Parts: sequence; structure tokens; C-alpha cells
Amino acid sequence: MMTKPILVLMTISLLAVGCSGGDQTNDDASGNATATVEEQDFGSGQEGINDGESTPNILQVALGSADHTTLVAACKAAEQTTALANNGPLTVFAPVNAAFDALPEGTVETLLKPENKMTLTSIIQFHAAPGSYDVDDLKDGQSLFVASGHNIKVEVRDDGTYVHGAKILGTVKAANGIVHVVDAVLLPPEG
Amino acid sequence: MMKTTIKLMAFLAAGAFLASCGGGGQNQSQSQSSGALNNSSAAEAVYVAPGEHDEFYEFFSGGFSGQVSVVGLPSGRMFRRIPVFSVDAEKGYGFDEETKAMLETSHGSIPWDDSHHPKLSQTNGEIDGRWLFINANNTPRIARIDLTTFETVEIIEIPHSAGNHSSPYLTMNTEYLVAGTRFSVPIPQQDVSIETYKENFHGTLSFISVDQEDGDMEMAFQIMVPGFDYDLAASGKGPSHGWTFFTTYNTEKGSTMKEATASQNDKDFIAAVNWKKAEEYLAQGNFKEWDAEYYNNEVDHNSGIATSKVGDKVKVLFPADCPGLIYYLPTPKSPHGVDVNPTGEYIVGCGKLSADLTVHSFSKMEAAIAAESFETTIEGIPVLKYDEVVTGVVKSGGLGPLHTEFDGDGNAYTSFFISSEVVKWNVGTWEVIDRVPSYYSIGHLSIPGGGSMKPWRKYLVSLNKITKDRYLPTGPELAHSAQLYDITGDKMRLLLDFPTDGEPHYAQGCPADLIKPNTKKFYKLSENTHPYAVKSEEDARVEREGDEVHVYMSSIRSHFAPDNIEGVKVGDKVYWHVTNLEQDWDTPHGFAVLGAQNSETLIMPGATRTLYWEPKVPGVFPFYCTDFCSALHQEMQGYVRVSAAGSDVELRSWLGEQD
Repeated sequence: MMTKPILVLMTISLLAVGCSGGDQTNDDASGNATATVEEQDFGSGQEGINDGESTPNILQVALGSADHTTLVAACKAAEQTTALANNGPLTVFAPVNAAFDALPEGTVETLLKPENKMTLTSIIQFHAAPGSYDVDDLKDGQSLFVASGHNIKVEVRDDGTYVHGAKILGTVKAANGIVHVVDAVLLPPEG
Repeated sequence: MMKTTIKLMAFLAAGAFLASCGGGGQNQSQSQSSGALNNSSAAEAVYVAPGEHDEFYEFFSGGFSGQVSVVGLPSGRMFRRIPVFSVDAEKGYGFDEETKAMLETSHGSIPWDDSHHPKLSQTNGEIDGRWLFINANNTPRIARIDLTTFETVEIIEIPHSAGNHSSPYLTMNTEYLVAGTRFSVPIPQQDVSIETYKENFHGTLSFISVDQEDGDMEMAFQIMVPGFDYDLAASGKGPSHGWTFFTTYNTEKGSTMKEATASQNDKDFIAAVNWKKAEEYLAQGNFKEWDAEYYNNEVDHNSGIATSKVGDKVKVLFPADCPGLIYYLPTPKSPHGVDVNPTGEYIVGCGKLSADLTVHSFSKMEAAIAAESFETTIEGIPVLKYDEVVTGVVKSGGLGPLHTEFDGDGNAYTSFFISSEVVKWNVGTWEVIDRVPSYYSIGHLSIPGGGSMKPWRKYLVSLNKITKDRYLPTGPELAHSAQLYDITGDKMRLLLDFPTDGEPHYAQGCPADLIKPNTKKFYKLSENTHPYAVKSEEDARVEREGDEVHVYMSSIRSHFAPDNIEGVKVGDKVYWHVTNLEQDWDTPHGFAVLGAQNSETLIMPGATRTLYWEPKVPGVFPFYCTDFCSALHQEMQGYVRVSAAGSDVELRSWLGEQD
């Protein structure tokens, strides 16, 4: 039980190394040297706390899901993991790996590049609404404010609830909010 | 070579010059003559980088605040203030319905006390990190703090006692805590003239047993003793295990102007109690059972609710009927502290009006008892001959010795109140090795494990009463202070000086690793047996029983359930039972309602707390979470509507839009 997230973590770390080209002294957009993979490990700070008894937080829910490795890698590249482990509350719409795969070829790879960190951050924040919104709280026509500064639309159709056109496939309650698994990546409007 | 010598001499001369320029201010000359290099190494020694942990926990008594503060060493950072013998409106301790009973005594609810001596539980003479015990001096009590939760979980009142100062000074396997009367009183209490002190006043030495599994305290027995002042205590260890030693003063039995009358005798006594012998007499039925009234208040771990048991009998032993139970060891000049070294052989008495320390030998004491080398007998208690028990005198050169701790390497450290210093001396040769000033008027001192069989020789903390020029002034009342010394070398070195909370009389510490891994992160909701707990929001509701309204409320980031309530009336007795549904570390929620006349509450994750509220006028009143729990903390609020007495507004409650 305890080892599973660590395995996932290792996979993601490898992925991240691959994405940043293995160059540990790459400069990011702001000109600062990026930390080494070891330093960015989830094992430090409050996101590293895994006591095996507390209710998992959003980050831990994502880490524990084999269907969300791309999302986790993206959150890590955008340095959004603290927000996902902090007090919240946040409602996160979590696209499955297949949703990222469905994007035009090369999109994910491009977004994970250090120079695109701001864009990636904005896209990730487009998936997170401050507050705890369970499925029952999401009403048809509702406009939901998300962390990127946009509002996204909720639609309740016969076959389920949709946000910004993505269908909610399942819901997991986390200690610091709620994770709705969705079938598509939510893309913010251009500009 | 020549050059070096000249340089060195120049340096020394400069040092002397700087010292003479200091203008007599001790700090000034110290900071100027010790130079930047030494200062920076002291800073490095106490620097705990952001995010790193201290090496030791140190528990300070709050003195007149009745509390305990938890501090890290070497940083001196305070992490928590634990309410013990004091109400705490911040968390609701002593105010909420669950913990109110903790402060009950035979004198009614006593919301305050004077907490003196924190003592960490021991196994085989070593600190085990399970519990912290602390005495209340004013209305005699002992409390137990659970070191997994850092909460006060039990308080026992000591009957037939007054001025519970020589307490709790536990035995080496935490078999017993002790409690001696600093103030002798008529026992049992009676209405007599104070002028009959010599005939009617007595002391008691009480032994409280501790359950080895769950820590439960029980009043085991008391020994009736002459009406002296029993000041401090130390339990034996190793060869002296089975004995507890109490200092006495006022063997003159003065009852007025004691500062003069109690200082007449050249020697007072250390009382040596053989508690294993006491157990034999108890087993033989050689005791009297006296009426008594004393409270024992304890928190149920799963419900969080404290209940009181009232004891009505206590077993009393009388020295005249119990030969071998207790002896007096003559000790000069109104001894204050008594401390036993880690090997258990030496019993150090600090005559507070003296310059010298008196060291008795346990083995000599045993021999003197066997040889019946008695000077006299007082109320059935043999007084051993001084020369037969004393083994060393430390000629300190200081004045006003109070307390001694040990480093496990054959060194002892004694605090000197009047000369304001710590004196280090050798156990065995009795020679003074080093002395350092304290700023100012040191009372107790503490080395982690320094009173046990296993001291950790690294730091010494002095607890100082006077801080006149040490900190930014804060009006007439100034902070008390602690000073941290490095004791790893031959010479002690002052590293740090920090203000303390309340008046810490004593402190005890141990390596953080003995406590840290056991810390409780939250209460398991599944184990919560509180009768008014709600385990999920679906169970949240409001119920009326006559004029009582019970709100079964839950809290979770970031709302209460219910958050809208109507149908409460003026004159109702409203009980807000709030269960924190979080199952995550560091996620308490608060609860406060406008017009509450008691306190707020802070509810730990998985726990239930009840705040009582009496609405006085009709209106709509908000309630809210007082702990900034989440980004939507400010939204964590609700309303209760109060209608006039006799109104027919229906009692109902809800959360979220109603369908």
C-alpha cells in the first residue's frame, strides 16, 4: 500500500528527467537555474508527508492513480504540487492519461518544456476551482470560477455532468477537496 | 615563534582593555571581550535551519500561569502552551462541556493554579517519553499529560495537603509520584487557633501510584509527619531505589514571620522514606483508613469526555507505628533542593541560606540505620547522626544554592540564587570545576535526563527569575528567562538567552526521538464514542429536549452542517456539539457564536467538543470557524435565529439550498 505511490513517483521522476532533456542546470523562464530532480523530489515539504493514516490529499490521490501519471508530471513541471497538498479546499478536474494522449501529437512534450511553464501553469489552474464542489453541487448552467482566472460552464446532461465539455467519469473525496476524474483536457480560451 | 608571542600578548592586552572599558555592565564586557568569532560560533550552535527540527523537547512549567510550555532545544522556540491547571479560552479547555470536569476539586471548580515541577515518566531510571506529570502547589493536585496528544488527560487531588510543592518527583519506574506538604495544616482540617501550630499542625507525605499500562493515578497512601515544611523531593535510583527523599525547613515550627522564625536551627532535615517498607505495612494492614474527599478527573480517550471520581478514604501510615519507614538526615541551613546523582549513591542537599552543599551517602545512611546511630527521635522518626551520613561538602564560594542536576560523567551543576550563577563540581572530590553567571537569580536548572540515571550531556538550561536589563522592557512586569549553556566541554559556555512563558520553576527535557515518532496526528472518527458525535453530514441535526437544544453539528473544510438554524428561543439552553470530520493532520476547526459567555472551542480532527450557549435576546446570530482552516475559511460560517420565549417558530436546520 505504501510502496505504490513511490513507484508511481519514480516513474514520473524519470518522465520529468526525459522531458527536461536530462540537463540539470537548465534555466527556466525567469532565468533561475532549475533544481535538480533530486531536489524536486516529493519527499520534502508537506507534500512529502505520507503517514499512511491521514485521508489522502489531492496530490496523493493523483499519485495513487495509474491513470493520472501525465497530469502529475505536468503539475510537477509547473510546480503546482504544493497547492494540491496544502489546506485547500480545491475542486480538481483530473484528466486521465488518455485525455492527454488525445491532444495533437507533441502537445504534452511542448508544454513540459521549461520555457512553456507559464502556459502549462495556466492550463493546470484552469482545472482547479477553489472550494469543495461535489457532483450534487454542480448545477446545470452554473459558472464555475477556476484558479486561472476564467469561468467554466457546468452542464448536466442525461448521461452525466460535464464541465467545459469534459465528462465527469468519477469522483474521489480528498482531505483538502474533491477530485473529479474527467475524460478530456480542459483547454482555456486563447489569449 | 617570537612574532606569535608578541601578537598573542597584544591580543591579551586588547582584551583587558576592552573589558575595562565595559563600564561594569556584565553583558557589555562579555559581548565586547568575547569577540565576533565566539559569538558567531554560539549562534551556529543554536541555529536550527528553517524546516529542520530541534534535537530536544524541553517542557517548562508555567508557574503562576498553571500551564506547561513545550520548547525545542537548542533553538529555544516555543511550540505549544498546554493548559493544565488553568482554563484556556483559546481552546475551550476548562470551559467546554467535555473538559470542565478536569478542574473539579473538593473545593469546587478551581480554574487556576501554580504549576511547578514537570517530571517525565521513567522506565528503569531512564526517561521513556510516555507522560509528563506536574504538580499544582496551591490547591494540591497532580496532572498527567499524554505525550502522544500533548493534552492534559488526568488530574488527581491530594487530600490532607497544603502547598503541594515537593511533587511529583517520581520513582525510577514511575511506580509512584510523591506529594509533600510545604505548608503544614491541621490534619484533618479543623477550626483551631493558628497559635496552636506546634500541637495541631502536621504534614503529610503522599504517594500516588501510576498504572504502568494506561498511566492512571491513584492515591496509594499517606504518611503523617511532624508539622515542618516539606519543600522538595527526589526519588532514589539504582541502590537507593525504594526510597524517596524530602527536604524540610521550619523544623522550628514557626507559624508567623517565618523568614526569621524558620531560620533559627543550624540544621533542618532531609526525610528519607522507605516506600517499599510502606508497601509491607500496607500489606500487613498496619495503617488507618481516614475519611477524605478528593477528586480524580480523567478524560476518556475515545469520547474525549472527562469525568470525576470522588475518593472518600485514604490509607494513612504513622511513623511511630511503622519502624524503618522514615528517617531524618540532618542537613544545614533550611535545605531547598534535594537531588540524587545518576548512580543513586549521593543525596545532595542545598542549604539555601548557606554557601555550601551537603552530600549524604546512601550506603552510609544504610549503615547508620543498621547501627541505630540515632541522635534523637521526633514523633517516632529517628534522626540519624549527621557525621554518620554526610560524605562530602562542596565549598562553593557561591551563595544560596538551590538545585543540582548531573551530566552522567561525574559532574554536578548547582544553581545559586543569591550569587546568580551555575557552579559545576565533581561528584566524589567535591571540588568546584567551573562557574558561569546567570542573568539573573537562577532558580531551577535542567539538563535533559539530568535527574535520571541517563543524562544526555549536551545542554544545560538555567531558569531565571530576574531579567531587568536583558530584553526590551514591557512595563513593570518583565519576562522570566531561560539561558542555554553548552556543557560538552570542561568549561560551560553560554549560547542563548530566551524569554519564557509564565514563571517556569522547573523544566525537563529529553531527546526528541523519544516523543516525536509517537505523536498523534488526529483522532480516528471511527473510534469516537462521544454520545453527541456525528460521523457524517447526513447525521447533522438539531433536537429539542424541553428547554435544551442540542445541535449535532459537523465541521469540515469549509462549512458547518447545519449552517442555518431556526426555532431556538430566548431562555433555551443550547449545546453546540461540534464534530470535526477531518481525518488529516493539522486540521483543527474552531467554533464561536456571538454572545458566548464562556469561550470558543478548538476541535481537533475526529474529536467532538461541546460549547454551551444561552441566547438572551431575539435576533439572528452568526457562528463561525475561528481557525484559519482553508482558503474558504472566511466562508465557514452560519446563522442561528433566536425567537422570543413562547414563539411558535419551528425548530429546523439546513445546509445548502433547500429543495
